[in-house]
Amino acid sequence: MLSSPRARAGALTLPLIAFLGVTFVAPLGTMLWRSVHEPVVADALPQTLALLEAWDGQAALPEALYQTAAGEFRQLQASRALGGVATRVNRVQGGSRSIIMRTARELHGAAPASWREAMIAAHPAWGEAAIWGAIRQAGQRYTIRHYLNALDLEQDIQGRIVAQPQDQRIYLKLLGNTLAASAAITLICLALGYPLAYLIANTKPRWSNLLLLAVLLPFWSSLLVRSMSWIIMLQKKGVVNDLLVALGLVTEDGRLIMVYNMIGTMVTMTQLLLPFLILPLYAVMRGIPPLHLRAAASLGANPRQAFLHVYWPQTLPGVAAGSLLVFILAIGYYIAPALVGGRTGQFISNLIAYHMQYSLNWGLAAALNFVLLVCVTVILVAYNRLIGIERLRFG
Amino acid sequence: MLETADAHIQFRGVTKIYDGRKTVVQGLDLDVRRGELLTLLGPSGSGKTTCLMMLAGFEMPTSGEILIDGQSVRDLPPRKRGIGVVFQDYALFPHMSVSRNLAFPLRVRGLQAAQRADRVRRALRIVRLEGFENRPPNELSGGQRQRVAIARALVFEPSLVLMDEPLGALDRRLREEMQFEIRRIQQSLGVTVLYVTHDQQEAMAISDRVAVFNRGKIEQIAEPETLYEEPERAFVAKFIGDNNLLPGRILSAEGDICQVETSGGAVSAFLVDPNQSSGATVLAIRPERIALAPEPGTYRNEFDADVEEVAFLGDHLRLRLTVCGSSDFCVKIPNIVGHGALLRGDRVRVGWSVADCRALPDEGLLDRYTPG
Ligand SMILES: Nc1ncnc2c1ncn2[C@@H]1O[C@H](COP(=O)(O)OP(=O)(O)OP(=O)(O)O)[C@@H](O)[C@H]1O
Ligand SMILES: [Mg+2]
Repeated sequence: MLSSPRARAGALTLPLIAFLGVTFVAPLGTMLWRSVHEPVVADALPQTLALLEAWDGQAALPEALYQTAAGEFRQLQASRALGGVATRVNRVQGGSRSIIMRTARELHGAAPASWREAMIAAHPAWGEAAIWGAIRQAGQRYTIRHYLNALDLEQDIQGRIVAQPQDQRIYLKLLGNTLAASAAITLICLALGYPLAYLIANTKPRWSNLLLLAVLLPFWSSLLVRSMSWIIMLQKKGVVNDLLVALGLVTEDGRLIMVYNMIGTMVTMTQLLLPFLILPLYAVMRGIPPLHLRAAASLGANPRQAFLHVYWPQTLPGVAAGSLLVFILAIGYYIAPALVGGRTGQFISNLIAYHMQYSLNWGLAAALNFVLLVCVTVILVAYNRLIGIERLRFG
Repeated sequence: MLETADAHIQFRGVTKIYDGRKTVVQGLDLDVRRGELLTLLGPSGSGKTTCLMMLAGFEMPTSGEILIDGQSVRDLPPRKRGIGVVFQDYALFPHMSVSRNLAFPLRVRGLQAAQRADRVRRALRIVRLEGFENRPPNELSGGQRQRVAIARALVFEPSLVLMDEPLGALDRRLREEMQFEIRRIQQSLGVTVLYVTHDQQEAMAISDRVAVFNRGKIEQIAEPETLYEEPERAFVAKFIGDNNLLPGRILSAEGDICQVETSGGAVSAFLVDPNQSSGATVLAIRPERIALAPEPGTYRNEFDADVEEVAFLGDHLRLRLTVCGSSDFCVKIPNIVGHGALLRGDRVRVGWSVADCRALPDEGLLDRYTPG
């Protein structure tokens, strides 16, 4: 089987393929699966859900449903599984958790003639359609709910897709903020990094090595330390503000708030990501013979024309590669916004982390993640159309 | 010195010192006539490129003056000098097609698109590259790139073009072809060309005049034939063509003929510098001017020689002989029927005329002759 050279060469890539499978494809697959697969409620309330299935969302509900639901609630409470179910219903509609838990408590050990009345007595919400609709939605084993949620949409009780109430629309805005801030960071990095890369590529070797070292130096210190040090620099009584006051640019009372907001996030991330722009750009610039600028001058070009028509176009592969790298890294950035972003300087990744670690709504986290992935893919495809991936030069 | 009106370019006492200590060009005086092709020929590091770069405006002379059409160009930036430059590795812009490369100097001069297209087409016709308009440079052969570089240096119709070893990267056959091409273009357009090379055959083949460079100075400047036939400096005799160089000492001089003592006997020679009537000298004798087994009495210089080596080189035979104290004396015999069968170890008689034996000033090029 491994007789032909091609087969043998192919075999050499098997470890890599296995590695990619374990570290990339598998997590991605799991994530996707989680974002659409929500079995907890469906497994816990099978009979209630079966009875709800035919309901149009408006008609009065039969006594049998109340009886079945109460039975299943009590059963779940006995096995201490009700909390998880209630939490999931609560994600569809806020407040549901306490209604369910309270009702289950009140019905404990009861044997009423009418379960309907007993439940409504425990909580009047049971007389209305909303909570039943929420249970029905939470009970969908396969659901696009998380995606709707990630896009600030929801399904109403009739199953129509509608916008979330105004005060609950957060994700799209945050995604927009993330994309805009990432684009801004990329542009700032480009503005700062381009001249520096040019300098490194064109000075005497002694200086260029030193400058390159300075660019790489931050890589040798912890990301945390570098992010934290910006807090010290940017805070109200920090170095930057002191300097501005000393220079008389701002008054003592007018000290700028530059940390725990979007400014802090952007400053910190620009510094963290700058090397990723400089390195590919430097590599490309190194390959451009200085003679080209002389040739341009001898052909009559002034410095501006020489740069615009001869130098800049030749650096485009590096510019494109570097800014793509920075942009994509920025979109998924988590640690800097978490540390210095405060409330307003958060990125979408911070909410993903929140849903992973605190709200434990992994389905929503996965859906948000997937939306982010789609954004990145769309950008990559657009980039490919515009510039051509094969022309990018990362080093 | 030429009349100023006749000189297109003048270097006046130009010196270039790098980093305050490395003297690369020393007090150079050079006049380039309008419409001529003048070659700077010299070994690597002799300062040829530096001269071109100073003329193009990329380097500043440390002292001295460069004049174009009688005007000093000291304060003129490169882009305003209007000089076409062909760089050694072409410096074609890789992101532009051939025609965009050619249009570049026209575009920065603000020419209209129609005019640009017209001039580009004409330039491509001159270098015989019609049909290559849309190719990027990296899809051209070495010779084609060379043509594009030349066309680009000509397209904005400069009256002066500088070429720094433009054929350095090409193989031998292509070089020869391109030499003719450059000469043809230069003559048809009547532009002044300052050409740099370290290949003396190339210099001979294309130039009106050749300036032989050595350590930042011109050793001799003359037409190719003069340079070959009448070198005035030992360096030139050594650098141009093959030459047998023998160290010696002038015993006596009479007019332009002198007697020179070598370790193999006295030689009669043509005295190049009439002011030198004694002291150390270097004799230069071309290998193809030496006669084998001449009729006795034909030449004033006749010696016995031992054959050390015989090499058959197709169109000629090359012999290495021991004669006049030199064991590296080279003789070339054209390959004509009846050259005789010479073998290593044979003893032959050789002779050469006084006119073909030049006594040049000793510049410390060879070990000095010491009478033994
Ligand atoms: N920018 C510079 N700084 C310092 N020294 C230089 C510089 N440019 C050239 N030199 C030195 O000047 C000397 C002459 O260089 P130049 O390039 O003029 O020689 P060249 O005759 O063109 O040689 P080649 O045939 O190898 O191209 C060399 O010793 C070189 O090292
Ligand atoms: Mg050179």
